[in-house]
Amino acid sequence: MNPLSVVARTVCNLFAWFLAVFGIYVIIHGHLTPGGGFQGGAVVATFMAFLLVAHGGKKMQSWVKKDIFTLMECGGLTLFISAGLLGMSNTFFYNFLAKAGGLFGSAVPIGPNPGALNTSGTIALMNLSVGLEVVGGLSMILLYMFSGAHPEESLGREEAGHDR
Amino acid sequence: MKARIFFLISILLVGGLLWTGLQAVHPFGIPGETPMDDYFIANAQGEAAANNVVTSIVFDYRGFDTLGEGAVLFTAVISVAALFRKRGHN
Repeated sequence: MNPLSVVARTVCNLFAWFLAVFGIYVIIHGHLTPGGGFQGGAVVATFMAFLLVAHGGKKMQSWVKKDIFTLMECGGLTLFISAGLLGMSNTFFYNFLAKAGGLFGSAVPIGPNPGALNTSGTIALMNLSVGLEVVGGLSMILLYMFSGAHPEESLGREEAGHDR
Repeated sequence: MKARIFFLISILLVGGLLWTGLQAVHPFGIPGETPMDDYFIANAQGEAAANNVVTSIVFDYRGFDTLGEGAVLFTAVISVAALFRKRGHN
């Protein structure tokens, strides 16, 4: 896939960051607002799709490494399972951080309230880890499918945009 | 012609069965059994300390289900990587 024109590349460069910020917001506020790890992770993975479409695969594969996304995916899933296993003294997936006072440990008043980030115990932690996993997994799927659909580009052929 | 009559009869049969079954469905938006919903709405903020009751169900009360979802995504990524790989032995 060749890179798109200068206009498309500039617009994608600008708006990809807004997408990333919005996705990170959805992940972090998963226990307060609608959304969560899966949804926000999918939004952040759109960042990679944007840049991949705008800049072409060769440049993208020189910018990022697949190993980072592998690490994000495996680390996210490991963090999720260990957050479930750490409450094993009660039950599997026991919310041992809730109302404990430390990280994410504040209690929530019953009824409507403005909401605070430092609540909900392992739920926030699991949102973060699932978000990490979904970002890594979907970005890796995009990169792998791109390099599989255009195998000739990995042989070092020069790419040329529309405007050159 | 024979196949058309067969299809017509089977459509009528399945449609009639579905229609009779739909008569017994309770109206939309009114759950039949409410104790579980009431429990979650009353206790999610106190037990899980989360304002978002849906998230507290997904990640706390039914966390094992979400672990399965994560495993499904992981398996999908692994299979895509295996499908599109380049290096390997013959």
